[in-house]
Parts: sequence; structure tokens; C-alpha cells
Amino acid sequence: MTAPALELAGVTVRFGGVTAVDAVDLCVGAGEVVALVGHNGAGKTTLVELLSGALARDAGEIRVNGRAAALRSPRDAQLAGIATLHQHLALADNLDATANVFLGHELRAKSGLLDELAMEREARALLERLAPGFAALREPVSLLSGGQRQLVAIARALRLDAKVLLLDEPTAALGPGERGRVVELVSRLASESLAILLVSHDLETAFAVAHRVAVMRRGRLVAVRSRAELDPASLAALIVG
Amino acid sequence: MPQPALAGARAHTRVRAMLVALAALWLALAALSDGLFLSPRNLVNLAVQASPVAVMACGMVLVIVARQIDLSVGSVLGFTGMVIAGLQVEGGLLAAPLPWPAALLAGLALATAIGAWHGAWVAYARLPSFIATLAGLLIFRGAAWLVSDGRTLAPLDESYSRIGGGLSGTILGVPLPVLVLAAVALGLHVLATRTRFGRHVFAIGGSPLAAKLAGIDVRSVTLRTFALSGALAGVAAVLTTARLGAGANSMGTQAELAVIAAAVLGGTSLSGGAGSVGGAVLGALWMQSLENGMVLLDVTSALRQVIIGFVLLAAVAADARSRGANR
Repeated sequence: MTAPALELAGVTVRFGGVTAVDAVDLCVGAGEVVALVGHNGAGKTTLVELLSGALARDAGEIRVNGRAAALRSPRDAQLAGIATLHQHLALADNLDATANVFLGHELRAKSGLLDELAMEREARALLERLAPGFAALREPVSLLSGGQRQLVAIARALRLDAKVLLLDEPTAALGPGERGRVVELVSRLASESLAILLVSHDLETAFAVAHRVAVMRRGRLVAVRSRAELDPASLAALIVG
Repeated sequence: MPQPALAGARAHTRVRAMLVALAALWLALAALSDGLFLSPRNLVNLAVQASPVAVMACGMVLVIVARQIDLSVGSVLGFTGMVIAGLQVEGGLLAAPLPWPAALLAGLALATAIGAWHGAWVAYARLPSFIATLAGLLIFRGAAWLVSDGRTLAPLDESYSRIGGGLSGTILGVPLPVLVLAAVALGLHVLATRTRFGRHVFAIGGSPLAAKLAGIDVRSVTLRTFALSGALAGVAAVLTTARLGAGANSMGTQAELAVIAAAVLGGTSLSGGAGSVGGAVLGALWMQSLENGMVLLDVTSALRQVIIGFVLLAAVAADARSRGANR
């Protein structure tokens, strides 16, 4: 039996007297999509920040493919194989898609100068895999649509050889037409053996794409159900408590 | 060939617009001065005069792109110029004068270290760059005077003075300061558009948070950007002292304003993330052309300042409008 791609055991975060995340145990397997839902303040965002290396935990352990991960900085999280897609995507708007895919990890030719051709080739291949026909490799990303910007951010995560993809409200900034594409994309990424933790208010998307749904309430994980066991009414009841 | 990143197309458009604006200004000044403005002698003069400001503007582009400002460059020019002069004249800073190449290298090293020092205050002590380099402006302007208690240091070595582009300071008819400027501009253009460092400077200007989350060492890049700006103030100090054949403590006074104006005229956005070295060099040439042309036309110094101020305002306002329209 192989270890799950992502494993949280007894993870706890406190802010002063408030326990924002309380002894959470959760596994996400390779190729599995787990949706994490809950009200504002349930602890979802804190969990995202923790897993992306932006916040320290007070107790508990996080393992990626069975190996304990320290996650003291965004870089640590990258190295451990956890890629986070922040709600606001953290792209450099003035740079083009290729430059954003390679940001902080630019390829260089033997001369020591940037190897633009190789980067464009690789970015094209990555984006082609995610969205056939993606052509805007040399446009500043400020000119791209929300969906295209998301693709750029995902391409960057894939390039860093992520094992676990953390999607924070991936449909929040998108038009209704683009939501369907996110569902399709998430399924495709899972079929390539990524473990995906989808944090969302958007229950419709969660239902459409998740294998399992985890519900948080006041810092605690109150339920983890397979999608087959849930209907919208019972999920809403779990969220409200 | 792919377009370089960082909105390369917009930078190209900007450089083209600057070339058109420069041509228009030159034709206007030629007409007003009965062709005097376009005489080879005047053009050579103009290029030599513009070189120190243009050299510093190349570094200022990167500083501003990274969402910072460097107000100290004029004073750093003055101080390091005085040190370079003091190291190579009899009875200067040392008992025995240094050979000019040693004095020159010492000056460049000093200017780089001062730039890095400003950068450290900004990047590590988290002072706003406006304040850190405003302090530098005061400190090094005063220090320039203190080097020799306000005395002018002269004469400088004859070989050294050739760098200033006098009659013997040319290669194939091109004055040395212009060649130095060409080399600096080419080097900085490559640095800005074809290296990791340059890419990271633009990324920080676009979004400091995105740069940090991508694992870029924002503080180190910021420090190095200021060190580069300091180094180029050192190069400008060499050009200025060589041209004067002396060190005078007023060298570079208010040059920071001309340098920032050149960068902005050349399309560098004060909100960061956009700018080009070529544009800044053309911006410096444009400003120097206006100044030089007005001198030929006997416009008084006070009126020249008024006109240049209005021109800067108009140029930046027009630029703000076109950026707004692009959005």
C-alpha cells in the first residue's frame, strides 16, 4: 500500500486564544480530487495558507508521498511538491505567459542569458496540454482572461513537478462560461495522477468534480464523504451543522 | 525570433515614438537656429554633454521599474568624482598620487559600494527608497565638499582627461564619452531583457508578492539594483571629471532630476514594472537637445528651466493618457 500523496495528521493552528484549525486529519490520494467546503471562518483559508508555506502550524504533521514536509516558506512547499493556486493567482501582470510560467526558475542558455526559445517551447507544450490552442504566450498576462491566467498559474505549478495541487477558490474570479472549463481541467489533471485539494464556496463545482467532499466547521473537520453518499441538501446540512 | 517578454512590443512602440519626437525637435531647432543646431560640431557637443545623465538614466530605469527611486545619483557623482580627482592630483587625498587607472577603479568601487549601502537600507532595513536616497543626496553632496574643503582639484592626468572626449579623446571620430554611453546602454539593455536578474527586476515591479511567492529573493535583487545605479553614477563621475580635467564639488548638482526625467520621458512607469533602457537614453538625448538648442537661441537660463519643466509635464501627461487608453 503506497502512502497517500497528501496526508495531514492532527494539524492545528492557533491565533492567540482562537483555534483556527483544530486537529485536522485528511488524506488526498494521487489522482484524487477532494473538495474542502465550509463557511467563511471555518478554517479553509488558514489550511490553504499552511499548506502553501505562508503560515506555521502549532501541532500535527503533514506528509507528501509519505515524507514529512516542513513547509516553513513558499519555497519549502514548492520543494515538497505542493503547488498552490492562490485565488488571486500571484502572477506578474506586466510579464507575458511564458515569463510567468518560468518565474523564479528561468532557463538559461550556455551564454548565461535567458533561453527564451526553450522557455517558449516548454511553456507552449505545457499550456497545449492544459488547453489545446492556447496562443497568447507572448501577451502580458494582464491582457488575458481570468481562465487563461489560471492556466498560466497551473502551468507554472506543473513545471515545478507538483504532486499536490491546492486550488483556492478557482472559480471565484471566472465567468460562468469558464467554470465548466475548470471542472474539465481539474478532472484532466487528476487523471494525470495529481492529488487535488479544491477549496471552494462553489458547491456546484465541488459536486461536479470531487471524488470526496470534506466539510470544515469552526476549525474542525466534521465530515468526509464520498460524493456518492451526498446530495446538495445533506451537504448544506453538514456545512451549517 | 520570439519577442522578448515584459511587454516588449510596448517598449518598441515607445522607443519608436521617442525617435520621432527627437527627429521633430532636431528639425525644429535646426530651423530656428538657421542650421547651426545640426552642425557636426554642435551634435558632437550635444552627445558629450548628454552622456553622464544618459549613463545614469540606464540604471535609474531598473530602479524605477523595481518600484523604487534613487535620488542620490547626482551627489554620488559629485562625491566619487572628488575622490577620483583627489587620488590623482599632487597634494590630494594621499601623500603620493595614484596612477589614474587605479584612481578610476577606486572611484567605481566606491560608487558601487555607496549604491549597495543605499540598497541595504531599502531592502533590509525597509526604509522607503525616497528617504534612504534623499539622505544619501544630502550626505554625499556635503561629503563632496569635505573631500577638499571646497577646493577644485586639478589638473588631472592628460591620458585620463581623454575619457572626457576632448580633441584627442575620440576613436574614429567618435568621442569617448559617447562610446562609453553606447557600451553602458547595450550592456544594461541586455541585462534588463536577457538575464534572470533583469527578469526578476521586472517581476518585482509587476507584483512584489508574485515575485516573492515564485521564490525570487526580492531583497537581494533590490540591493543589487541600487548597487548598479551607484556604479553608473561612478561612471558618470569619471566622464564628468575627465571632461572638466578637474574635480569640482558642485559636479552633478540636481543631476538626479534630469536622470529621473530622462527615464520617465523614455517611458519608464513610476508605478513600476515597465520601462526600457533605449527609451531612457533617448529621453536624456531629447532633454539635452532642448537645453542645447535653447542655449544656441540665447534663451536665458531661467526661461530654459521654465520651458523644460512644462515640457516634462506635457510629456508625462500625454503618456499617462495613452497608458490609460491602453487599459
